[in-house]
Formats: sequence, structure tokens, C-alpha cells
Amino acid sequence: MQLGFLVDLHLCMGCKGCEIACKVENEVPLSTWRLRVKYVDVGSFPETRRTFTPLRCNHCENAPCVRICPVSALHYIENGIVNIDKERCIGCAGCVMACPYGAIYIDPLTQTADKCTFCAHRVASSMMPACVVACPVQANIFGDLDNPTSNISKYIQKNQGNVQVRKPEKGTNPHHFYVNGGNVTLNPLSSHRLNGHNLFNNITTLPIGGHH
Amino acid sequence: MVHETIAATNAVVTLDVALPGIVWPWLVTVNMWAKSIGTGVIFMLFLLLKKYPEQAGKLRFQTTVVSIIFIHLFLLFTLADLHQPFRMWHIFFFPHVTSAITVGAWMATAFVGLLFLLAFQSFIKKDNAAFDKTLTWVVLLAIPVTLYTAGLMSQCTARELWQMPTESAQMIFAALLSGSAFMILLAGNKLNYEAKKTLGVVLGLSALMSFILYMSEYVFGPMKAEEVAAVLEYIKGDGPYTVMFWLGQWMAYLLPMLLIVLSRASKSENILRLAAILALAGLWLVKHVWLIIPQLLPMS
Repeated sequence: MQLGFLVDLHLCMGCKGCEIACKVENEVPLSTWRLRVKYVDVGSFPETRRTFTPLRCNHCENAPCVRICPVSALHYIENGIVNIDKERCIGCAGCVMACPYGAIYIDPLTQTADKCTFCAHRVASSMMPACVVACPVQANIFGDLDNPTSNISKYIQKNQGNVQVRKPEKGTNPHHFYVNGGNVTLNPLSSHRLNGHNLFNNITTLPIGGHH
Repeated sequence: MVHETIAATNAVVTLDVALPGIVWPWLVTVNMWAKSIGTGVIFMLFLLLKKYPEQAGKLRFQTTVVSIIFIHLFLLFTLADLHQPFRMWHIFFFPHVTSAITVGAWMATAFVGLLFLLAFQSFIKKDNAAFDKTLTWVVLLAIPVTLYTAGLMSQCTARELWQMPTESAQMIFAALLSGSAFMILLAGNKLNYEAKKTLGVVLGLSALMSFILYMSEYVFGPMKAEEVAAVLEYIKGDGPYTVMFWLGQWMAYLLPMLLIVLSRASKSENILRLAAILALAGLWLVKHVWLIIPQLLPMS
């Protein structure tokens, strides 16, 4: 079994329901996110378009975070999920530095690394991840990539040629896919981050949890 | 207004979480800087014992103590940078061998053990032959101890700027630079001018090689990778780290090279010492800038 995730960006309407569901389900502390939706505006008024991109851990087949973790706190479980053992983590932040997707953070309460686990605890109880359940338009599709009859496999088959992953050049082989994505939605370097044009006008950086 | 100034093909992030702050801060810079000195002086002691055995013999214990101090500084700052420092023991009891951190921690521990053996042989046993025999093994171990941080940086897949083998070369040159600089300062009257000139040559050449590597990255890096180009913008033009970057390059490499030439022309040990001090201080700046700038780039 290899669990994977797919987001159809054409369906996503940026409601952030997934973000909130994730926060509640996993008790994600303030100032940190396991999953977030990024808005990027494209074009010049009145010809503008707003894109929405949910961003979470990619559960890579060749995960840099697993490789760099000195104590195997980050590890694979049988269903392909990259999980984290917070009791073992020493907080070296190597994983934060290694993840090309910026998906790992230091939890300010536990002082350990944390990230999306595809709600491994729910999956173990045969439930869908919280974000999948919360999505009002079923833009989040979750399932077994090894099973050709699963929803995600069928969705990938149906959208052949229009399925993307983030930063494929990194060689991480993500198990998180996007349909109808593009450079603007998936490449952070293709969009500007201008001061004064963001929800967090006066917050340029977030402190890393703890003593720094 | 932003929407009036951007081209139709451009895109602006209008809603996102704030970028995370610096993950590996100055503590990691001190870590790398102190380790360079800790292993560098061992390399230099080995060189001096081969070339000037009579004079360098007086430096056996002193150099070992300096190495012990700086390796412990390196370990202390490594520990201080952990968010869960009291779980450090996990590295030894739950090791993950694909991680450069694990391998480095094991090697650094063995290195510390050997340094204490050197101290015992030189201070308690006063057995120079045994010291020199052990030193060979310490030098061999000092090479991977110096290099493992480069391995760690290259394992940071997200930070395109830190490439192998460039980082390996930079780590070795940093150790040679700081080791020779520290030995120039440590030697006092124990080494004659000829021996110090040799240290000056090592210092000058390692400064030159490091400078070439940084400039190669600075000029050609952006032509190879989009991410490197974006990161190097932080040290170009009026980037936030431009001044610190160039201050570091001048202090660590350019001025010491110039001063070493001057010291050879005027046979001045004081100029050589000034070059050494500048190199040591500049190396910290250079390391710090290179550590911080890739962390400023948005990853998502």
C-alpha cells in the first residue's frame, strides 16, 4: 500500500476549511501550520485571477527529512506515510532545513519537529484525513496509489498529462499530486511577495519556536 | 498600487502565512567556525612536526589544548542549537546512519577521545613518540570531522546553494585557514620566522582558494539554478547581507592575502599576526552569511 494525496486546483475555492479542520484535528499551535492554502493573484486589474494552492507535506518516496533525521524520529510507516515520533525528536531542525517544500516546523509547545502526517491516526482507524472530510468540493482526494481502482488512481488516470508535483527536479518523488496546477501555483519563485499586499502586512517572519 | 505595476504574466502572493524565521541561527555559525579551528590546528601541528620537528615539538601540548577547547565549543553550540538538548543521547541510542548529523556526532566523539589521549601522552606520559603516532590517526579522523558538516549541508535538499563538493572544499580550506591563523597567534617565540612563513603560505593559499570558490559561486551559480540565483540576490546590490558578505570576503581572504605578501616583503611578524586575526574574524562573517541567506528564501 502506498497512500497518496491529490488536490484538484481547479476545484479548490480557497475556503480554508481544510486548514481549520487540520488545526482542530491535530491541535496545531498558533503561528504554525501543517496545512495551509496560499493565494496568488495573477494578472493586472481588471484581468486578474486568484489561484489557491493547499500546501502540506508531500510524503516523498525519497524524503530528505527522513534521510537527514539523526534519530529516525521521521520514518516511513507501512502505508507509505512519512510519520514523526515526537518523543524521539531532538529538535535539531535538520528536517526543517532539508524539506524543499517548507512543510516541517518546530512546534513551539513541544519543541520538536512536526508536520502533516496525512492524519495517520485517523487512517489507522479507517477514517479519511480531516482535511479531506472538511473539503466542501472534494478537491482533496486521498487513497492508495498502488490500488488501480482507488479514487486517487482513477483521478490520476483520468487526468493523464495534467498531473503535477512540486519541485520534481529535487528528486524527492512526492506522493502528493496536483491537477490543474501550474508554475504560479506550484513554484514559489514564480510569484512576488510584496510588502503591504499580504494578510500579514506587519509580520514578515515567524519566530521559530523556542529559544532563537 | 501593486496591480497597476505588475505585468499580466506576473503573480503576487496575496495571502499566505508569514515566512518562518531563521532555523539555523548564529549558534550554527559558531559551531562551524569553532570546529574549523579545532581540526585546523591539528592539521597544522602535523605539518609543523614534519617540517620543523625541533620547534614544533614545543607546541604539542598547547595545540592539543586549543583543539580540545574549540572542539568543545563546537559541541557546546551544537547542543545549544538543539530544541531538545537533553535528548542528545538519542543520537547514540537511536542512531540513523544515513544522517550526516549522526555520523558526525559519532566521529566528533571519537575525535574528542583521541584528543584527550594526545593530552595524556604529551602532559602526563611526556611520550613524544607515542604522541606523534597517535597524531597521525587524529589527523586522519580530523578530515571527516571537518567534512561532515559539508555532508550535512548538502543533505539539506531545500538549500540549493549548499552543493557538494564545493562545501567540502570550503570546509577543508576553512580548517586550513583558521588552523594556520591560530597557530601563527599561538606560536609566540616557539616558532622561528621561517616556520611562521610556512603557516602564512598555508593561510594565504587557503584564503585564495576559498575566495575563488565563493566568487565562482557568486558569478556562475545564478546561471545554473533558479534557486541559487534567488538566494544570491540577498548578497547582491542592496541585499540585506551584501555588506556582511563583502566585509567577510575582505577580512577573511583579500586582506590576509595582501598582508601576507607585505609581511614577506618586510619580514614583519606583526603584519602576519594581523592577517591571522583578520582571517579568523572574517571567517565567522563568511560562514554566517552563507548559512543564513538560503534560509531567507520562501520554500512554498
